[in-house]
Amino acid sequence: MQPVASRLPARKHRSLPARAGIGLKPEHFRAILDTAPDIGFFEIHAENYMVDGGPFHHYLTRIRERYPLSIHGVGLSIGGEGPLDEGHLDRLAALLDRYQPESFSEHLAWSSHGGVFLNDLLPVAYDAATLERVCAHIGRVQDRLKRRMLLENPATYVEFAASTMAEADFIGEVVRRSGCGLLLDVNNVHVSCTNHGRDARDYLAALPLDAVEEIHLAGFAEDSDGAGAPLLIDSHGAPVAEVVWALYCHALDLIGALPTLIERDNDIPALPVLLAEARHAERILERLQPAAHGVAA
Amino acid sequence: MSGLDAFAEGLLAPAATCPPGLLTWNGSAPEKRFAVYRNNVVVGLVDALADSFPVTQALVGEDFFRAMAREFVRVKPPRSPVLALYGDGFAGFIEDFPPVAGLPYLADIAHLEYLRVMAWHAADVDAITPERIGAVLADPDGLPQARLTLHPALLVLPSVHAVVSLWAAHQADSPALALAAVDPAQAEAALLWRNGLEVEIRRVGPGTALFIGRLQQAASLAQAGAAAMAADADFDPAATLALLISCGAITGITTPRNSVA
Repeated sequence: MQPVASRLPARKHRSLPARAGIGLKPEHFRAILDTAPDIGFFEIHAENYMVDGGPFHHYLTRIRERYPLSIHGVGLSIGGEGPLDEGHLDRLAALLDRYQPESFSEHLAWSSHGGVFLNDLLPVAYDAATLERVCAHIGRVQDRLKRRMLLENPATYVEFAASTMAEADFIGEVVRRSGCGLLLDVNNVHVSCTNHGRDARDYLAALPLDAVEEIHLAGFAEDSDGAGAPLLIDSHGAPVAEVVWALYCHALDLIGALPTLIERDNDIPALPVLLAEARHAERILERLQPAAHGVAA
Repeated sequence: MSGLDAFAEGLLAPAATCPPGLLTWNGSAPEKRFAVYRNNVVVGLVDALADSFPVTQALVGEDFFRAMAREFVRVKPPRSPVLALYGDGFAGFIEDFPPVAGLPYLADIAHLEYLRVMAWHAADVDAITPERIGAVLADPDGLPQARLTLHPALLVLPSVHAVVSLWAAHQADSPALALAAVDPAQAEAALLWRNGLEVEIRRVGPGTALFIGRLQQAASLAQAGAAAMAADADFDPAATLALLISCGAITGITTPRNSVA
């Protein structure tokens, strides 16, 4: 079957600008409308807005009128063993229809199993069966939402004996078969490569970088594994680390300037603190040309 | 058993377990790495409950609340990725949770906090104008048979405990001594509605709560009023209608003769 993305209009939805954005948090709703910060875009977690009405939709409607929007799902369970939750996909379609985001992304992970939602992005084995399943699920998502989705590379803490492919090769195959784009989470690259003894630059080089349409940056927490080796936790609860900024610059050198999100979901600071981190990313982006593959300047 | 069954079971198992088939690059035991996922799952869901049930938490203390919430997460994990409404069932769980048998009002406080979240996220519906309500009220023949459609954010909770006073005593603007003055065994009914972007909670009489509950079940004004008056000698139908109008809670009226929505 022809990948769904190649059957869709290439630019039905306008793209995110190749600038920095931040995650939209209820704590900042009023400050954003009051101060109208100069920021490239906002990103929301889709599931937080799957409610009928009230303040969340009130503020998102007003903020979306003023800024480009990325909708980022955390609950589709694309790596899950069962079929996708069609009810959830319907809710997602309604949300995208209402807010017409410039970008929609989800994760290479599973979060539901046996009807239970586990509220975490859980790891998959990189084997032929998973590849088939993930591609089928992405195909269903893209058909239902009538748009290309971006898939985010994961932060993981364990690997599976059943894996037969390297993670970057697996992602490359998913992108090739499903026609989806890639959301490159640079923090996840650093976290996973540290946790599994890999070289982050080698990993980056093995990814299908020409499919990257957005970048995520976030902070991590540090722990150690059973042997005392560093174990990094993708906490989204700290500023972006220096080592991740350096890897970000390296990634941009390979790809060009891309929409870049500062993710912060825990220990959320005041809005100006996040805006300052976004400005830091913008100063790096301004030194570069936009990526060659069709992101709006 | 499918590949992810053991992984999923290990996440919510009470004792630390580790599914088979995990590898680590340095040969370290995978238990500590798997524990990161266990921790993410349980802490994330307990945090979601703590966000929705702050007064319940204040009444038992943070450590106790989190231990109780962990039990709930294991017994009744969410079925939907939409966590805003996770906690349906938490009040019922508390009611049957032996360690809090000495706090008989705790379950109703949790119920009130869950209704508050529901009111917060309920659909946006415009109230009909006072003029249009007035036109129906002015028709004495049609009025008893009128049926009201109420705003989805308007909710009531009758309780045999002092739910509104206990809740109010834990709000930031409450005087420090307010809690000591509350008699938890005093029956109270709560009315919740959305005023602009805020959820308001106030105490109403038992007749008012019953009246609104019956209207929500599509009773006519006459039927709901009769039930409320039979249960509560102090029930005042005119004041209750005025309250509903002031809350912007009437979103439609149907009478045998006409329909206004």
